[in-house]
Amino acid sequence: MTITAILDSFELGLIYAILALGVFLSFRTLNTPDLTVDGSIVTGAAASAILCSTGHSPLVALLASFILASLAGAVTALLNIKLKIEPLLAGILVMLALYSLNLRLMGSRSNIALTQSNTLYKSFHAAVQSNYSSLILGIIILSIATLSLYFFLNTRLGFALRATGDNEYMVRASGVNSNLMKLLGLSLSNGFVGLAGGLLAQYQSYSDVQMGVGMVVIGLASVIVGETIFELFTKTVPLLIRLLAVSVGAILYRLALAFALSCGMPATDLKLISAVIVAIALSTGVMKDSFLKKKISFTSNSIKPAKDGESYDMH
Amino acid sequence: MICIEHLYKIFGYGTVNEKLALQDVSLTMHPGEFITIIGSNGAGKSTLMNCLSGVEKTDHGNIFLNDINITKYPEHKRSRYIGRVFQDPMKGTAFDMTIEQNLAIAYNKDKFRGLQKGISKKEKAFFRERLSLLGMGLEDRMTQKVKLLSGGQRQALTLFMAILVNPKLLLLDEHTAALDPATAKKVLDLTDQFANSKDLCTMMITHNMSDALRHGTRTILMDSGRIIMDISGEEREKMTVEKLIEQFEIQNDRMLLK
Ligand SMILES: Nc1ncnc2c1ncn2[C@@H]1O[C@H](COP(=O)(O)OP(=O)(O)OP(=O)(O)O)[C@@H](O)[C@H]1O
Ligand SMILES: [Mg+2]
Repeated sequence: MTITAILDSFELGLIYAILALGVFLSFRTLNTPDLTVDGSIVTGAAASAILCSTGHSPLVALLASFILASLAGAVTALLNIKLKIEPLLAGILVMLALYSLNLRLMGSRSNIALTQSNTLYKSFHAAVQSNYSSLILGIIILSIATLSLYFFLNTRLGFALRATGDNEYMVRASGVNSNLMKLLGLSLSNGFVGLAGGLLAQYQSYSDVQMGVGMVVIGLASVIVGETIFELFTKTVPLLIRLLAVSVGAILYRLALAFALSCGMPATDLKLISAVIVAIALSTGVMKDSFLKKKISFTSNSIKPAKDGESYDMH
Repeated sequence: MICIEHLYKIFGYGTVNEKLALQDVSLTMHPGEFITIIGSNGAGKSTLMNCLSGVEKTDHGNIFLNDINITKYPEHKRSRYIGRVFQDPMKGTAFDMTIEQNLAIAYNKDKFRGLQKGISKKEKAFFRERLSLLGMGLEDRMTQKVKLLSGGQRQALTLFMAILVNPKLLLLDEHTAALDPATAKKVLDLTDQFANSKDLCTMMITHNMSDALRHGTRTILMDSGRIIMDISGEEREKMTVEKLIEQFEIQNDRMLLK
C-alpha cells in the first residue's frame, strides 16, 4: 500500500467517522435501526454541491447539508411516531423518497462536479499550504463534531435522549416526552450523516446521486469495529472513548478497503469488498464471545487442580 | 387530593375480545392516605393504575388531581405529579446509565430540560446524602451503571427516584413481586417510610393479603373491574385474611397461598 493510499484512507476515514457518529446516535443511543442514512448522506452531498457550485460559501453549504438531512431524519421519526410505522420501514420509505428528492435538489443531474468551484478543502489548502491540509481539516472538523456530541449527550436534554434509547417507560415516568426525544435523536443523527455527505462532496469535488448505497452498513460497521476493539481492553467504556472508538472504526474500515484495492481488486468490486469487510466486522462480536468462552473454560480448568489439593502451588 | 369519577375502560371495543376492564370506578383519596389494592388476576388493578398514570386512555369518566382535571393529560405530563414503580425491575431505570444519571433524570422531572449540565456538583452531593437513607450502600456506587445492580437494589432505586421530587401520587404495581422475601421486606419497609408523608397519596397493588392489611391506611378489593370493598380505620383493623376470604369467597390460588 502506498503512502498516498494510506493518507487518502485517513482523510476519507475522518469524514466517514462523522457518518458513523450519526449512526451511533440512532443505532446505539436511541436503539433504533435507521436506514434513512443511505438517502440523507446524498441529501447532504447534494446540498453541499449545489451551493458550492453556485458560488455560496462552503461553510454555509455544510450547514445546509446538516439541516436538510436532519429534516429527512425528522420525517422518518414522524412516520414512526404519528403513523406507527416500524422504524426500519419508515427509514426505507424516506430513503426511497429521498432518491427522487435528491435528484431534484441536484437539478435533475445525476452528478455535480465541483472541480471549478471553491470548497472548504481547497480554501483550507490555500491557507495552510501543506500536503496534510485535508488531514488537518478532517481532524479539526471531526474533533468539533465529536466534542459537541459528547457535551450534548451530557446535558439534561442529552440525558433524556440517552435514557429514551435505554428504557422508554422510565423516561415517560420521569416526565419526558419520549416521542420528542426520538424526533430529536433521529434528526440529529441524520444531521451528522448529512454533514458527512456535505464534506464528502467537497473533499471529492463531486456529488453523485448513487453515492449513498451501503452507507448505513459502513457506518454500522465502523461503530461495531470500534466497539469491539475497545471492549477488548476494558469492560465499561466511558462515553467519550466510545465516541472516539467510532472514529477509529471508520478509519480502519477505509484502510482495509484501500488494502484490498492495493492487492489488485478492481475498483468495480468496491461494494463487494465493503460487504465482506462489514460481514467480518459484524462477526467480530461472535468471535469475541467464543474467544471469551475459551478464556473462561481455560481459567475454570486451571482452578480445578487448586481446589483438589495443594499440589497446584508446587508447579 | 385525587378524585376518580365513574371511570370506564374497555379493551378491544367491538371485537370478540372486548373486555370491560374498569366499570364505573369512583374513588377519592386524601393526602397522606396509603391505599393497598387486592383482587384476583384480571380484576383491573393494573388497568386502574395505568389510567391514573396516563399509560392507558380512559373511555369514560374523569380524574382530578387537586381539582385539576388531568383525564386528557398525556403520560409524560402527568408524571410530574405521579411517581411510579413497576413490577418489572428492568422497567424503572435506564440500565446503561449510571445511578447518579438516573437520579438526575428523575430529579429534573418538573424542570426545563435544555443544554444545562446533565448533573451538577450540588445535585451529586444532594443525591449522595439522600441515597444513604436507603441503607443499601448505593451512595458509594453513584457512578456505576444501573445494569450492575440487583433487582432489589433497582426497585429501591426506582422507588427513591419516584419520590425524589415529592409527587402527589405514588403508584406501586406489585413492586416487590419479583424480589426474594427478605429483599421484598426491605423494599416494603422503605415504601412505608416514604409513603409516610402528609401530602402524598400512595396506591400499592399486592397479591399478598396480609401485606395489604398490614401496610397502608386503607384497603380496596377489586373484582371484574369494580371496587367491591373499601375499608379503612377500625373496620380495617378488625379485618383478617381469613375473614376476607370468607366474606368475598376469594378463589384465587395465588392469593390463598400467601
Ligand atoms: N392492553 C390490553 N389489551 C387488552 N386487554 C387488556 C389489556 N390490558 C389489560 N387487559 C385486560 O383487562 C383486564 C384487567 O387487566 P389488569 O392487568 O388490569 O388486571 P390485574 O388486576 O392487574 O391482574 P393481575 O393481578 O394479573 O396483574 C384483563 O382481563 C386483561 O386481560
Ligand atoms: Mg396487574
